[in-house]
Amino acid sequence: MTFKNFDLTEKSLAISLPLLIIVGLLVPDWIQFFMQVSMASGLVALGVMIQARAGLVSFGQGLYFCIGGYAAGMAGHFWGISDAFLLLLFGFLSALLLAALIGILLSRYREIFFAMLSLALSMILYGILVKAEVLGSTDGFNLPKTTFLGWAPEGAMWSKAVYVFTCVPTIIIAMLLHRYLRSPMGFIGEAIRENELRVEYLGTSAKRAVHIKYVIAAAVSGIGGVLAAMAVGHVDPEMTYWTTSGQFVFVVLLSGTGNIVAPLIGTFLLEILRIYAVEISPNTWQMILGSVMLIIIIFLPKGLWSLIALIKKKIGDKHE
Amino acid sequence: MLTTIAIFLDGLNFAAWLFLASAGLTMIYGVMRILNIAHGSFYAFGAYTAATFVGLYSATDSPPALVYLLLFLAAITVGVILGLIIERGFLRFMYKSDEVLMVLVTYAMFLILEDATKLIWGVDPYFAFQPYSYLGLIEVFGLPYQIYDLALIALAAICGFSLWWGMNKTRMGKLLLVVIEDREISAGLGINVALIFTITFIIGATLGALGGAVTAPKISVNPGLGVEVIVMAFAVVVIGGLGSIEGAMVGSIIVGFARAASVHLLPEVELFAIYGVMALVLAIKPYGLFARAEGRKI
Repeated sequence: MTFKNFDLTEKSLAISLPLLIIVGLLVPDWIQFFMQVSMASGLVALGVMIQARAGLVSFGQGLYFCIGGYAAGMAGHFWGISDAFLLLLFGFLSALLLAALIGILLSRYREIFFAMLSLALSMILYGILVKAEVLGSTDGFNLPKTTFLGWAPEGAMWSKAVYVFTCVPTIIIAMLLHRYLRSPMGFIGEAIRENELRVEYLGTSAKRAVHIKYVIAAAVSGIGGVLAAMAVGHVDPEMTYWTTSGQFVFVVLLSGTGNIVAPLIGTFLLEILRIYAVEISPNTWQMILGSVMLIIIIFLPKGLWSLIALIKKKIGDKHE
Repeated sequence: MLTTIAIFLDGLNFAAWLFLASAGLTMIYGVMRILNIAHGSFYAFGAYTAATFVGLYSATDSPPALVYLLLFLAAITVGVILGLIIERGFLRFMYKSDEVLMVLVTYAMFLILEDATKLIWGVDPYFAFQPYSYLGLIEVFGLPYQIYDLALIALAAICGFSLWWGMNKTRMGKLLLVVIEDREISAGLGINVALIFTITFIIGATLGALGGAVTAPKISVNPGLGVEVIVMAFAVVVIGGLGSIEGAMVGSIIVGFARAASVHLLPEVELFAIYGVMALVLAIKPYGLFARAEGRKI
């Protein structure tokens, strides 16, 4: 895998990594924090997006967002582990194992049932967490400051280090997922969306492909959860509440599933929208979300990314 | 012994509440193939409207018995107005889209309506306890119990029976069953499918609003009311099989007793019990208890 073999998306991702880091370190702290949180939840949106490619709407991706966050949080809170790499690994593995198990049940379902069962599963976790007093029930708990392989930076240096630590995995995961979607296993997802029975006639198991997709999506969301927990320094059950999952679905709907970069940009847009909307009128934030969602569904069913394809086509037509 | 009676009564009571909240949801899905997340908003609007009506009425010093009529009036007002706006104004333009997209459409509406309740009624809680406290207590096998709660059980039973009777014994209901069977052929036979959709949606919305309206006297009516109820209602209709009224009935009884038992015996696992039951049912019957087998499309 050298730079030459990269396609346009991978090249732009590779170039954007140093840019992201430089820009992030130069801008004021609150913008840096906001970029960091967007990247973490952008990863969860990626998880929703790769499932959407197979026509599966996961209304409970918050489950793995929360599992990742809580796994890292509990490791830090109870066992005193503060190393960022270990926490990341821990959150990743927890999400992976849980998804492998739940996937056995969920990979049987499609469409509405898939959506509603993933929602129900995330609400089970919510139900458990709000009653778990050891874990601070509805308030959640705080994480100790993360360290990096024994290096424990302080103050402004710490937030810069965590920021860089968020950028690198996000971009790498985006590149890997992009490769995955263009691999045979990834294309099967699209075939399943079109016609599942024919996929099986062609000699592959749709169930297995969905299971694998589900586990990948969960692992990525788990990492997103760890990164979000590190950024905020706090986890609470709200992470697995179904309205949180609904926002990830919203992002994917807004940005479209055309390209792996789309959900990441979509999350940025959503966070910007949120900052202004909450400031201007805090009680109508959901109303704005809902209206934007309706408008997108009616006028741009393939999301904002389809605009880019449209512009490309327009330019192409002119040249001919 | 007292605990057993308490579990039994609470179970029935909770099942009644669940049935009222979820019957409309499953009915709308059965006829229109729309899993309506905005159903939670009908519930919330019903509760708020009922609380407002009761508050206004109680301030006028009129005979307290009539206050119960107001609960129904509130439900019908909300059901007809909101139902008409949503079905005629939005949903009818999207009937051709697939089911998952319709979930997202109704989710968007749910978000809009959530904030609409905040804009209309503000964020402070509303109280409408008068109908609840007026009926007083009765002793059931040595356990004092609110008469209002017992009346709710009766109300749910009446609603369930009327729905069954309406669907199976009336001309309108038979037309409905034909539409459920095949939308296009029934249109070809001269049935006004659009009208049936509108009527179904209004009835479903009214049922949801009624669930909220009769619950309003028991609770403080807060923002976020609809969110809680919709997730529970989903569990119920999934257990029973999406689109089946009988399923919703059996589902609410199962969930109701599961929750009542866990509240009295093991309060830590309350929410978990509801979804645990659901997972168990689905492990055995993947599409719910009363779901019909469907062929796979090629």
